Amino acid sequence: MSILVNKNSRIVVQGITGRSGLFHAKQCREYGTSIVAGVTPGKGGIHIEGIPVFNTVSEAVTYTAANVSLIFVPPSGAADAILEAVDAGIALAVCITEGIPIRDMVPVKAILRGSTTRLIGPNCPGIITPGECKVGIMPGHIHARGKIGVVSRSGTLTYEAVKQLTDLGLGQSTGVGIGGDPIIGMNFVDVLTLFNEDPETEGVFMIGEIGGNAEEAAAEWIKLHMKKPVAAFIAGVTAPPGKRMGHAGAIITGGKGKAEDKIRTLQECGVVVAASPTLMGEAMLEAMNRSSDV
Amino acid sequence: MNIHEYQAKEILSSYGIPIPRGRVALTSDQVERAAKMMGGRCVVKAQIYAGGRGKAGGVRLIHHPEEAQEYGKDLFGRTLVTKQTGPHGLKVRRILVEEAVEIAREFYLSITLDRESSRYILIASAEGGMDIEEVASKSPEKILTHTVDPFTGLRPYQARKIALALGLTGTICEDCVELILNLYRACLEKDCALIEINPLVVTKAGWLMAMDAKITFDDNAVYRHREYPDMVDYSQLDPLEINAAKYDLAYIKLSGTIGCLVNGAGLAMATLDVLKECGGEPANFLDVGGGATREKVAEAFRIILQDCDVRGIFVNIFGGIMRCDVIAQGIIEAAGAVSCILPIVVRMDGSHVEEGKKLLLESGLNVQVSASLGDGASKIVQMLRQEGQ
Repeated sequence: MSILVNKNSRIVVQGITGRSGLFHAKQCREYGTSIVAGVTPGKGGIHIEGIPVFNTVSEAVTYTAANVSLIFVPPSGAADAILEAVDAGIALAVCITEGIPIRDMVPVKAILRGSTTRLIGPNCPGIITPGECKVGIMPGHIHARGKIGVVSRSGTLTYEAVKQLTDLGLGQSTGVGIGGDPIIGMNFVDVLTLFNEDPETEGVFMIGEIGGNAEEAAAEWIKLHMKKPVAAFIAGVTAPPGKRMGHAGAIITGGKGKAEDKIRTLQECGVVVAASPTLMGEAMLEAMNRSSDV
Repeated sequence: MNIHEYQAKEILSSYGIPIPRGRVALTSDQVERAAKMMGGRCVVKAQIYAGGRGKAGGVRLIHHPEEAQEYGKDLFGRTLVTKQTGPHGLKVRRILVEEAVEIAREFYLSITLDRESSRYILIASAEGGMDIEEVASKSPEKILTHTVDPFTGLRPYQARKIALALGLTGTICEDCVELILNLYRACLEKDCALIEINPLVVTKAGWLMAMDAKITFDDNAVYRHREYPDMVDYSQLDPLEINAAKYDLAYIKLSGTIGCLVNGAGLAMATLDVLKECGGEPANFLDVGGGATREKVAEAFRIILQDCDVRGIFVNIFGGIMRCDVIAQGIIEAAGAVSCILPIVVRMDGSHVEEGKKLLLESGLNVQVSASLGDGASKIVQMLRQEGQ
């Protein structure tokens, strides 16, 4: 088992004829993912790298039974692309696009609440179930199949964490990059809930960063509901307040969103927090050992 | 993206929100003339990209035009250090001269994004003019909020509830309803991440007026407002940060000596954290983007080298699917072009690592290659210590 994506997932790539859309569609396919369709308005009817291209997501779903969408549409059209995936009844939309305006995402989030579609991202690396299905831009080779669920607000820092886990023999059940924007689809709690129910997942590693209070909310949820050990790392202990650290969501404002507060709350809720980004794998090991001692 | 108070007020005014009469001055003579226009008695306000100006001596009530000129002379070119500017402060290049208004009551009013609900949130308080964060932490019951349903928008009855809760009655209450609705319209149409009036006042003459205003535009939406790039006051920004923005690099100047070049925001933050842990002081945050290209790496390298505080450079690229030899070429190209003799530690992960390593080691640069984050960080700190001896 795994969460959200597996070998049966059928992927449609929205924006497949763009440079990064095509590049990553090919990378995902090489990993073993079934890329069944692409969507680019106005280019319906052609095939690209052997993949049929449609004008709309609905058509792609009708003809190929696609159930997961991977979105590479540029920022100005990305919110519309997500809504189109929702309308077509896609079960999981993964939006890689960085730089979608807040005003565009506010209604998208409201529509998602009343729909059956789950959204991962935007501004995220995507989701991977090692050995089965990669829906995103992460390097496949650093992953190994195993029992650790990974959930992260970051991109490349997730790769660093995954590599450390793999090097220590801790393979992953599924890795989910939820994205670094202020408005995202699935949050930590949504993903933790799924990992909690997934029989293959035996522990979870969580990567947070400064800004907002998603980590605090996750900590509270973990304390109340999580049946499995959780380890975490929070980036930005040394970040100065008021400066946006790259991600639109990573900013300390009004004394809120500081790394120390997040770390303290997580620790209070029983999470093993890595003291350094070089010790993320070790923190996971410690959390696993602690729980097996009990 | 930030703009000045006077620019924010111009936007408010274009949405029918009353603001004091005012002029922007670029010289102390202009300050004097503007003061004369206001009838002598006026408020002179330094325009910088930060709050807390009053306490730092950047705002003053003036009684005579000569006094205005003198104060203007004193202010222009002065560096104001406020709670929000950081220790280096910001230089005053523009001054706003406004009519002095007799104030009866002060309020706080703003709209921003509420991350928890993923909706815009209207925030109001009868404790105007104060630091709203302080009010929020000391007496949260004095803060009124309303999150806006994106499909119905902000409705007049909702704005009225807020206006009434602020203690407004009669026509001023209805004026306030209209003002709140206009503020929401401005927030959406101008793609604001924050639009704030603090204080919103009731004048002794019985009018509502925005005495101070702050607008932060959503950086992701700047592309759809052609006028925004022209509104930037570059004197308020770090020149290196301006340069970095041109190449779509996220760069923030910090106070240390180790230049950092990293791909990805989270990893960049983590890299700063590790450096500090090893006893090093990072000179900057620099994210070249998750999928760093050779050109971006080269440009980032040039920007780091322009910072005179930099004594050594730590490159941390976790590419995965990127080719390390290509990244290495970018580094060699940029460092070679300025004959960089500073110590460099490169940590790379991705495809073609060995080729990349070989290129770097044979480049003649003062470079070491490292396989892990922790090892790389301690190496650069060590190299710097040796140089220092």
